[in-house]
Amino acid sequence: MPERLLCTVSDLSDKTAKICEVDGVEIGVIRHKGDIVAYKNVCPHQGGPVCEGLKMPQVCVELDDQQRTLRQTFNEDELHFVCPWHGWEFKIATGEAVGDPKYKMKRYNVVERGGEVYVEV
Amino acid sequence: MSLTGNTMNYSSDNDPAIQEFNTSKLLKNARKQAEDRNYKDFFICDVDSHHYETEALPEILQYMDDPVMRHLGLSAGNVGRAGLIPQAIGSQDMAGRVTRYAGRNKEIVPEEPHRDITLARRWMDAMGTDMACLFPTPMLLLATHPQVEVEVAMARAYNRWLSERILEEDNRLVSMVYLPMNEPHEAEKMIDEFAEKKGVVGFLSTGYLKRPVHDSANMRIYAKLEEHGMPLGFHAAYHWADTSLAQLNKFISVHALGFSFCNIIHMTNWVMNGMPERFPKLKTMWIESGLAWVPFLMQRLDNEYMMRTSDAPLLKKKPSDYMREMFYSTQPMELVDNREALEVTFKMINAESQLLYSSDYPHWDMDLPSTIYDLPFLDEKAKRSILGGNAQKLFNLDPVMSEWKLEANGKG
Ligand code: FES
Repeated sequence: MPERLLCTVSDLSDKTAKICEVDGVEIGVIRHKGDIVAYKNVCPHQGGPVCEGLKMPQVCVELDDQQRTLRQTFNEDELHFVCPWHGWEFKIATGEAVGDPKYKMKRYNVVERGGEVYVEV
Repeated sequence: MSLTGNTMNYSSDNDPAIQEFNTSKLLKNARKQAEDRNYKDFFICDVDSHHYETEALPEILQYMDDPVMRHLGLSAGNVGRAGLIPQAIGSQDMAGRVTRYAGRNKEIVPEEPHRDITLARRWMDAMGTDMACLFPTPMLLLATHPQVEVEVAMARAYNRWLSERILEEDNRLVSMVYLPMNEPHEAEKMIDEFAEKKGVVGFLSTGYLKRPVHDSANMRIYAKLEEHGMPLGFHAAYHWADTSLAQLNKFISVHALGFSFCNIIHMTNWVMNGMPERFPKLKTMWIESGLAWVPFLMQRLDNEYMMRTSDAPLLKKKPSDYMREMFYSTQPMELVDNREALEVTFKMINAESQLLYSSDYPHWDMDLPSTIYDLPFLDEKAKRSILGGNAQKLFNLDPVMSEWKLEANGKG
């Protein structure tokens, strides 16, 4: 598969995706748990710039031993891209929509070489 | 005591997602859709979009007749504003996840034209929308204000401001202006004052009302609208304090049900009390309740009507036959995994002539024109009717195409 240069490793952060353009297509790249992941910056819902939204942890609810609600919490182990247009959330690790994994962000294979980041297109 | 801030980067003011904000940039993918789908070839009208009128409240209050209420609105802090327009509980922006809410205040616009015109033009041009019907936002709940005199005064000031500062200034913006249904004689005066104003294409009843729509006190309102040939819009809203909705604990629940429920109540009263027979020339449009409620209500009402025709003696045909002659706005269209049901819905409401595209932009559940354009069961003619042609007919519009489309067609 042909590879295209996206950016240098030093351009990347784990806070927010860097948006790069390859052949007129925007790709968001971000460090995630030691990996580098890259997704097309087009949301499977209505096409919003999904990689440019907030990065939010999963929201959970804690129940007590009688199934009563205790409180809500953030699970920082599971981080999501939140599409800024309508709020659909996608797991950064897999690109799957939190509401239904059949909806997925388009993912690119990433190759890191000589301090540079390439995607296979 | 030390305060716990938002320790995470999430939706803080420094978040890169909102550090700078520009509507055209946020919607760049929408513009690409507009170009890829050749929207330049036809007219698109959005029949339900919004601005945040409270941001212009000091200007609007200059148009208020009552100096004491004007003073209240301009008084220090937010106290005065809270006194004039009900504040809704509910996190529309999902705690900052929908970034345009927090970003909007940071958007830079030129001094001229009015900020609301520039903002509207930015999203319209991105989406490929040529003309838009602009509605307020917090004022959608104004009908629930406990003081009806405040509702009337606010409505009049807003309509005057909107007419003079926005509609007079921009040929691409129109509105169905606020009708204070809770005070019928004032609503009648409002029709007389605004029916002939530039850009006024109808009148709007908003949300939950204090008196049902079929109340005898309202009949002269409908007669007057019919006389002026002006359509009446029912723009839904949620009202968390409504007795049945008050049992719901989550915003998602009250929003999902409240908007449809609001129009289900008004529509049921409207049809079962024979309003379409009393005012056969009055056109109604049912706004922002999605579409799934319409087949539901048609089925429920028809089934009961056939058993109990004596309960609804003014009707000369089934409830669904009246409902099929009314107009509906598209948003928020129930899109997820729903093709088949949607296709049936479109057939049941005669979508090709009765359905009008709406975005609801900039609200969080907005729909782009592609939600209609990409439907596989519509042909090109039906798509164009729903996206613009039906609005052109209903509102008697002289279509004004956006500059970029004119330029793309070599007419700029
Ligand atoms: S386009 Fe991404 S959530 Fe709708």
